[in-house]
Amino acid sequence: MSSVSTHEIKKEFLKSKLGLTGVFILSGLILVSIITISVIPASTFQEWNNPEKWISYPKTSVPSWVNFLSSDKIPEHKIINPKVFQSQENGIFLTSQQFGVYFEYDDFPSDFIFEMKTKYIDSHLVQIKVIRPDGITLELLSTSLPHSDNETIHNQRYFSTDSMIKKNLNTYKNDFGFDFQVGATEIIFSELYQNQIQKGNYIFIVDIYGIEKHVEVLESKMILGGKAYGLMGTDELRRDLAIGLLWGTPLALFIGISVSIGSVVVGLIYGVYSGYKGKKTDEVMMRFNDVIYALPALPFLIILAVTISNSIFLMIGFLMIFSWVGIAKVSRSMSLQIKTRQYIEAAKIMGQKDSKIIFRHILPQLLPYAFASIAISVPAAITTEAGLSFLGLGDPSFPTWGQILHDANTYGAAAQGFWWWIVPPGILIAITGLAFVFIGNALDAIVNPKLKR
Amino acid sequence: MGLKRYLVTRGLTMFGVLMITLLLTISLVGSNMDTILKQGIIYQVRAEITENTTIAQGFNNPEEFEKFVQQKIDERVETLGLDTPWYSPQRLGYTMYKILILDFGNATFLTSDSGSSNVGEIIFEKMPKTVLLFTTATIIISIIGILLGAASSNKIGSKTDRITSTFAVISSSFPVWWIGMLMIFVFAFVYQIFPARATPSIEPDEPGYILALLYHMALPVITIVLIGFGAWAYLVRNFMVGIMQEDFITAKKTIGISKKKIVYSHALRNAAPPIVTILALSLSGSLGGAIITEAVFDWPGMGRLYFEAISVMDLPVIIGSTYILTVLFLVSIFIADLLYGYFDPRVRTAN
Repeated sequence: MSSVSTHEIKKEFLKSKLGLTGVFILSGLILVSIITISVIPASTFQEWNNPEKWISYPKTSVPSWVNFLSSDKIPEHKIINPKVFQSQENGIFLTSQQFGVYFEYDDFPSDFIFEMKTKYIDSHLVQIKVIRPDGITLELLSTSLPHSDNETIHNQRYFSTDSMIKKNLNTYKNDFGFDFQVGATEIIFSELYQNQIQKGNYIFIVDIYGIEKHVEVLESKMILGGKAYGLMGTDELRRDLAIGLLWGTPLALFIGISVSIGSVVVGLIYGVYSGYKGKKTDEVMMRFNDVIYALPALPFLIILAVTISNSIFLMIGFLMIFSWVGIAKVSRSMSLQIKTRQYIEAAKIMGQKDSKIIFRHILPQLLPYAFASIAISVPAAITTEAGLSFLGLGDPSFPTWGQILHDANTYGAAAQGFWWWIVPPGILIAITGLAFVFIGNALDAIVNPKLKR
Repeated sequence: MGLKRYLVTRGLTMFGVLMITLLLTISLVGSNMDTILKQGIIYQVRAEITENTTIAQGFNNPEEFEKFVQQKIDERVETLGLDTPWYSPQRLGYTMYKILILDFGNATFLTSDSGSSNVGEIIFEKMPKTVLLFTTATIIISIIGILLGAASSNKIGSKTDRITSTFAVISSSFPVWWIGMLMIFVFAFVYQIFPARATPSIEPDEPGYILALLYHMALPVITIVLIGFGAWAYLVRNFMVGIMQEDFITAKKTIGISKKKIVYSHALRNAAPPIVTILALSLSGSLGGAIITEAVFDWPGMGRLYFEAISVMDLPVIIGSTYILTVLFLVSIFIADLLYGYFDPRVRTAN
């Protein structure tokens, strides 16, 4: 057990296919974490539970890559930024925003919303129209921005469900072969005289006419509501699951690694000290160890989370309380063996302090075992935290994979067939666990020659 | 003498653990319990007084009336002993004594299926179902695990062996409850074979209840078995591999006994002690996991009761079920210890 040098471990480890696979997966996860932390601003993630942040996203939409797999193309949810042109003619100041979209799907978009923030004085006229691929222009809406004598900043949303838009469009409805009342998107996106979708380039134009001055468009976007969005789809609360899943990666690694390092360090020192001291100290320390070992962990973790706090940092501490016990037992028996060796006896006779003997002579010998235990105990920490989060006891300011699954369960994702909400978090939990199990098993096989055959 | 002393020490430790668990639980929820109880009394007293209009008419001004009400409340608090805090020795002792004799008091919100709010009754109504589900699952797991483990130790490095080992590692990295969600998704909604909720829809006293219960139990049992048996097989395999290297097996081989017979009869018998011990331990381990598993499948057992109690903060139920869960946990650990001490003489002769 103690005769393995660091160099040998490295050499042996490089030979183990399983261990290398583990390292490969783990480095992938670490890479994802680094990219996530540096690319996705933490603010999007902190507002995970703020519904306002997600208002322009679609509800429970499938990941957009589903379209590559099926022949029927599900309309993608699109957030389109405009091209803005300004012109001036006969004292009329025109600001024109053009939203181009290439529509190639086999179903109508569910709705569209124009969202804009403008700065202006006086009255402005707004005209919204759409130019279709077949060249027909449909007038959607004529309205005005509210009159203001002073310079003002105004937020405005125009919905496709607006009654004026509906009324304007229904004047065309006979041309489109609809003899019943239909929604705005059905008319805009269908072929003339056939109830069929017209694919091609659509240009939505929002013209704002001013008499004295151009309107200043501060922010503007058009949301074309679809049923497919992003890499991972969205959930019932319109949240982009890709962001939650990506941010879950560094969190899971952080929780798993800190719990396992913490408990291995505590267990190692506790066990070694107990074994080295022996006699009464050993007896007392091992009784205490037995007590913690016999506590039912999950009920206690639940009570601790409910009564004390569900902060993620405290949770890591709670998890450590229950996970150092086994390591303490093993390292005690190891230190019982090591302490009978002659160089330890020699060090004792020379009058070295106990702490020095433990830290200089015994602990270094247990390091290979410690690394293996750290790797092996990571998955348990991750799944336990995920389990607690799944019960709704997670830290709401740090949404983890477990919490995504909790929400999925609360909103009946299984019953409604939202597979993209259930499958990825579980697979990520398992993959992360597997990476550490692979590394741990490979290390264990090297450190414990008994397992070698 | 050795075994007896060993058992006494273990038994004492277990009792100590039970007491510590109880003390910890009470101290974690104690202050909340006091506040809730006091609010209950205030509400009760006010309700009684407003019902009886003659009392209110006997007072001239509202201040005097308020004083009277407060006095009534204080009286009630004192008779119930709530004027001393929960950590005072008498109250702590009294609470612990009551729990020890299994008197958990009345639940704040939850009731049993028969409508009783006695915590003891609620728990003993739910417990058999948890025991039924997890014992069934554990038995199936151990049978599959032992057979598969023995088979793969028979031919180390064979296809069976490699598949078993791989499956063991992969299956144990998935959380049981997540597989549960997937199983519900696939077998209750995509293919409607099993019910999504594991609570039977007919009343317990109707005929056919047992059948309905078993039908509803199928999906949870399948899930638990699916996740559990790989690790078991792997464990049994490793024990067997260890035993197959012992001298007495080599001796048997040289005599000419067939390898199959050695594996299934001689080696398996010698692997029994650790296997039985782990059986007891895994039963206790699954009890803890019951909380999440039962929440996913909506299985009407202790785990779901615990989860419900936590979500509405029903403190008497929380304390009661923590106690019972701990007792079950400790009993199975104790049985595991006992078996281990019985099978392995080295344990009891240590020291």
